[in-house]
Amino acid sequence: MSLIVAALVALCVPASATKIERVVSPGGIEFWFVRDATVPLVSIEFAFRGGAVQDPDDKMGLAEMTVSTLDEGAGDLDGTAFHARMERSAIELQIRASREHVRGTLRTLKENQDEAFNLLRLALNEPRFDSSAVERIRSQTVSALQRQSTNPNSISSRAWWASAFPNHPYGRPVSGTLESVALVTPDDMRDYARRVLARDNLKIGVVGDIDAATAGRLIDQTFGKLPAKAQLKPVPEVKMQGLGGRTVVDLNVPQAVVNFGGRGIARNDPDFMAAYIVNHILGGGSFSSRLYREVREVRGLAYGVNTSLMWFEHAAVMAGGTATRSDATGETIDVIDAEFRKMAAEGPTEEELTKAKTYLKGSFALNLDTSTKIASQLVQMQVDNLGIDYIERRSAMIDAVTPADARRVAKRLLDGGLLVTIVGKPKGVTTRPPGG
Amino acid sequence: MKRAVVALATLCFSILAGSSAHSSSGWGPDVTHFTLANGLEVVVIPDRRTPVITHMVWYRVGAADETPGKSGLAHFLEHLLFKGTKKNPQGLFSQTVATIGGAENAFTSSDYTGYFQRTSRDRLKLMMEFESDRMTNLVLTDDVVKPELQVILEERNSRVENNVNARLSEQMEAALYLNHPYGKPVIGWRHEMEGLTREDALEFYRRFYTPNNAILIVAGDVTPDEVKKLAEETYGRVPRVTEVKPRVRPQEPRQEAPRTVTLSDPRVTQPSLSRYYLVPSYTSGRPGEAESIDILTHILGRGANSRLYQKLVVEAGLAVSAGATYYGTSLDATRLGVYATPKPGTSLTQVEEAIDAVLAELVEKGVTQEELERSRNRLIADAVYAQDSQSSLARWYGASLTTGLTIEQIRSWPDRLRAVTVDDVKNAAKQALDKRRSVTGYLIRQAGSRDDRS
Repeated sequence: MSLIVAALVALCVPASATKIERVVSPGGIEFWFVRDATVPLVSIEFAFRGGAVQDPDDKMGLAEMTVSTLDEGAGDLDGTAFHARMERSAIELQIRASREHVRGTLRTLKENQDEAFNLLRLALNEPRFDSSAVERIRSQTVSALQRQSTNPNSISSRAWWASAFPNHPYGRPVSGTLESVALVTPDDMRDYARRVLARDNLKIGVVGDIDAATAGRLIDQTFGKLPAKAQLKPVPEVKMQGLGGRTVVDLNVPQAVVNFGGRGIARNDPDFMAAYIVNHILGGGSFSSRLYREVREVRGLAYGVNTSLMWFEHAAVMAGGTATRSDATGETIDVIDAEFRKMAAEGPTEEELTKAKTYLKGSFALNLDTSTKIASQLVQMQVDNLGIDYIERRSAMIDAVTPADARRVAKRLLDGGLLVTIVGKPKGVTTRPPGG
Repeated sequence: MKRAVVALATLCFSILAGSSAHSSSGWGPDVTHFTLANGLEVVVIPDRRTPVITHMVWYRVGAADETPGKSGLAHFLEHLLFKGTKKNPQGLFSQTVATIGGAENAFTSSDYTGYFQRTSRDRLKLMMEFESDRMTNLVLTDDVVKPELQVILEERNSRVENNVNARLSEQMEAALYLNHPYGKPVIGWRHEMEGLTREDALEFYRRFYTPNNAILIVAGDVTPDEVKKLAEETYGRVPRVTEVKPRVRPQEPRQEAPRTVTLSDPRVTQPSLSRYYLVPSYTSGRPGEAESIDILTHILGRGANSRLYQKLVVEAGLAVSAGATYYGTSLDATRLGVYATPKPGTSLTQVEEAIDAVLAELVEKGVTQEELERSRNRLIADAVYAQDSQSSLARWYGASLTTGLTIEQIRSWPDRLRAVTVDDVKNAAKQALDKRRSVTGYLIRQAGSRDDRS
């Protein structure tokens, strides 16, 4: 079978020598590829659609526990033997579950690439899910959940997502609850792996000191025997709820943790880029955003405050957070609220817009200066369906956003009110229902 | 806020004028090293893959160099460096970095303070102009200092007060170092932070922020000649402010008895245990000592194949987690840590006994050749992986050079690891793992007698 190499695209302009190639392996698996022989290593990232939204309703945390157990024994190797083989060859493998994906990274010295891909193959295709390993992972999960139960950041985040998406998988904690993780069995894990780790569900990026043909061969060895088709339960469309509401969770800590946010925008929405720029100006730019200036610089209310856009297949949010002392929490929330309203009403200034555009165009190169970052970009571009020439088109898309677009989209994005959760002992701040 | 390790500097910093050294042996890319006439050291680390640079200035000053009674000052000053100069008023530097699509930040440890930007290669001179300007021209008013004091108090809240584990380790560090200033938290003690003033900051600034106390590191798509030219045009114009003496901190007396710290808090859902041993660093130790400790720590407690994890988590099922840490990059003596979290139903006492048994066995019987080689290879691989990231390399060099190591020592690290024998590791274990020279910390829900630690 021949190797199909198509669509060479320049990675950066002005060009360095690296180019993105879309490659299809002899076995028919597509991967995006950048050859870089500077350092003798190979870095791959892969993503399977599925993630925690595929957990059964009563077994939240299944996805995360399953992927954590994949390297706790596979093929003929028990957990200890598997880890020993990884360490002996300095192979780094991490597999994690997020809301909608199982994401993995594999990094290896070139001299050990065959062993690295072989161990990944075993973990994905022949995980053992021995009960001793499952119980070990369960007790680690339980320990983490117990710690989170008194951690204000975790409490606030969970409360926010549960209020934003009640009765929907997006509102459920990826790590599960103490009740739900107790119910997970090795058979549940086998079922999850079978359903989600499939070839039609998979995006791959490969970067490093390797040629396309060898990469294709190793990809086939690693992923080629996975089930052809995933069996995913459908996830309903949903809009974020709870706007205008505030939930206070009492906890005896000196600093209150605050999560705030509203509805976001789909990645493939024509206004996405304008929204991305507005978010950057409001709270996304670390030292240069309006929220940073008003909350931290001018008033000294917090060490950190930020917002970001998050998008999923069936909903999107703009979510942010901060933390401040108990007697300043009310003021902090008021300041944030006022900034959202102001931006919604007036949009950014032309100067802010120009500066944000220059930043967003120029800073992208900083996401491409290590092999692992490039591999990650290659996967994200595929997951978001942006096209292999996205990096070349991106600057023009940013430039195309006009001040009128920015004003219109700021109103669209920010006019709906905020859902706020606070954990701590915020003076003068109380729970109130949505629409308030 | 980092706790990097600082080494005892017994040498005067000799000023090399004019000549540049080119290091072409050892791991990693070839590195160029030279010093400007005003004493600024410069290191150039090439990575031509992508048109990006990492521009860093490291000052040989950290929390351990603060005046007693003014903890948190080095970190506070780091925040205040962003408040502007006469030429470049507050916000202009950061706005410029943002406008050109760069990233920036700064950090403070016990031994060093660093500032960096990452930008496209054509902006290097611009970054140098700003950074060299704030090296000696900082302007501060109470209007900017007061809110920033609130900011660092909130940072302390986030990192420490809200976090039970951090509160315990802060107390443990204070107990490990009775005399040495490493016992102070880099963020500062709250009661001292609250009293910091603009004058304190400026006095500290004038004492330590001078080109002859700084190292410029540029990594990325640059040549040494380019960097030299641009550095001379910018940093080269900065006059020396003061002479800086070698850093000599009060050292620890010999510890005669084990110390313990017990922190109870209703937010503790599961008890846990950790222990710090006072051990030599790469700079303070004899040749080969820190290398042996690095390998010892790896065998003892890094990763799922380590002795602590295998014995406590996998075999005995007593703990959900167990491991060890070593911060070898330090001007003075540093710490080797071991830790474990018991499974529900197992007491801290049982877990501590199990840890002690693992340690005793290692001290008595040493390690195997297989363990040594596996650990060594894993550590050396870190050096290869670091080459994939210009920022990682820049940080590796910066932390090492500001804590008393040389470029030759940095580049020969894998070779020095290769020279370590099983006897070296056994000796290091015997020296290091002496409970009399340790602090053990217990994190529990409710205060009570020792037996209640379950």
